[in-house]
Amino acid sequence: MTDTPAVIRFEGVEKTFPARSGTGAVSALSNVNLSVPEGAIVGVIGRSGAGKSTLIRLVNGLERPTAGRVVVDGTDITALSESGLREARRSIGMVFQHFNLLARRTAYDNVALPLEIAGVSAREIKARVEPLLDLVGLADKRNRYPAELSGGQKQRVGIARALATQPRVLLSDEATSALDPETTNQILALLRKVNAELKLTVLLITHEMAVIKSVADRVAVLDGGQIVEEGRTFEIFARPQHPTTRSFLSALTGATLPAYFVDRLKSDYAPGAQAVLRIVFTGTHATDPVLSRVSRDLGIDINIIQAQVDDIAGEPFGVIVVSVPGDPQTLSSIVASVEGQGHATEVVGYV
Amino acid sequence: MFDILPPAIVDLLIEATRATLYMVAIAAFIGTVIGLPIGVFLATSRKGELFAAPLANHILGLIVNAARSTPFIILVVAIIPFTRLIAGTSIGTNAAIVPLTVAAAPFIARLIEAAIREVDQGLVEAARAMGASPLQIVRKVLLPEALPAITLALTLAVVSLIGYSAMVGAVGGGGLGDLGIRFGYQRFMPDVMLAVVIVLIVLVQGVQSIGDFLARRLDKRNRG
Repeated sequence: MTDTPAVIRFEGVEKTFPARSGTGAVSALSNVNLSVPEGAIVGVIGRSGAGKSTLIRLVNGLERPTAGRVVVDGTDITALSESGLREARRSIGMVFQHFNLLARRTAYDNVALPLEIAGVSAREIKARVEPLLDLVGLADKRNRYPAELSGGQKQRVGIARALATQPRVLLSDEATSALDPETTNQILALLRKVNAELKLTVLLITHEMAVIKSVADRVAVLDGGQIVEEGRTFEIFARPQHPTTRSFLSALTGATLPAYFVDRLKSDYAPGAQAVLRIVFTGTHATDPVLSRVSRDLGIDINIIQAQVDDIAGEPFGVIVVSVPGDPQTLSSIVASVEGQGHATEVVGYV
Repeated sequence: MFDILPPAIVDLLIEATRATLYMVAIAAFIGTVIGLPIGVFLATSRKGELFAAPLANHILGLIVNAARSTPFIILVVAIIPFTRLIAGTSIGTNAAIVPLTVAAAPFIARLIEAAIREVDQGLVEAARAMGASPLQIVRKVLLPEALPAITLALTLAVVSLIGYSAMVGAVGGGGLGDLGIRFGYQRFMPDVMLAVVIVLIVLVQGVQSIGDFLARRLDKRNRG
């Protein structure tokens, strides 16, 4: 898949929760294969109940798979004993949606907790915790209790705590889902920073495509316990294949048309109708003057209905919805011209 | 109040108060030493929990329930042989400590179980993710996080013990209850009875206030 070695590897992972009174056995994950390359930020997106939480908990052994293997940094997590697992968990940091900070410990003492658990001396704890609080921008809050911190500050403590044992892998369990958009961006920026500065491999789960768009190099789409689509974030955004992926993207990339417009949309061509065309601009061509070129070359009028230019995983990305003359011959030459310039098109319907 | 009582009665009252405090303090202390680990075990040993042992949890739960459902006055009488074994006698202040402790331990165990169950399971998961052993989770997460609730639980236990300690007076234990029964009731001295009740009220108020104060100081959740 990529040239860098995988730090986390799911190999044919299945997870079934045993039957309880009232319900039968529940299959949470089936045949999951996924590699997280070293130093990458990989996002797993899915709706609630898709199996995301189970997936991420397999990495540090909080859940055990029913079948298959999970290999982290060369170690088969699924084969470890409880004490071996405890050792392995020290090189896997985890941050949580609801922060999970100890209410009766200050920011400093919360960050120190994993080191105390690992049996590190008080002097070394101090030497490690202080720079971490600096790193996450909370040096002035070291003696504050969680109740005195904002949500974003709590998550910064959570991140510092996850980094305390100098892990190679960071797991992020919906780390920004309880935060407002502004704070979410700050926390995501912090995740990018620790990923770059500490060469940390990050696996994050989320239900928000905006999070994926902002930080993930690669994305896997989880639906009904299976990975239905996986690849470079930019590729997935530019050419989503699976309906679930498309529906996640629709909120973000201007793929949804205004309701008044959708109501008028017909699926078949009637003489004199205009075709509605979605054009996706990607990569280096995103800023080319495509429409004016097509308009000039073919001598037609192009009416822009909706347009959005964005930046996904650092690459420019645009979606424009236009209406053009709908007769099949003109339409196919427009499509050929646009695609000839390296852009994807899709006929949405006719008006 | 002391002015209107004869000096001899005042001396008796002070002596009885000391005896009550002594019985309650020792019973509460030993009751906690026994009840704390039982409470921790009850809170962590159901299926899928840290020290999962559902059968032991169930059996211990039954024993605790049996001890708690026995009326105290019956418990006192029922365990007289045991009291003799431990204290060498079944009469007096020292002997009274035995049934008080036997009643306090399961009560404290249940209170501590409830306090620990209040701790957010997310914290346990976070500690597991850090590589903490079950014992470390108890020591570094469950007990410290439950401490304000445990403080209130022990306050409640001490208040209940003050009440129970008055009852052991009925079977020859010392203390305020004994004084109230022998002088206030049997010799019909309502002023002594009133004095005993007032001292008990003051004791309970004092214990509750101290407990509330400590729990507030320990609780860091409402600082925003």
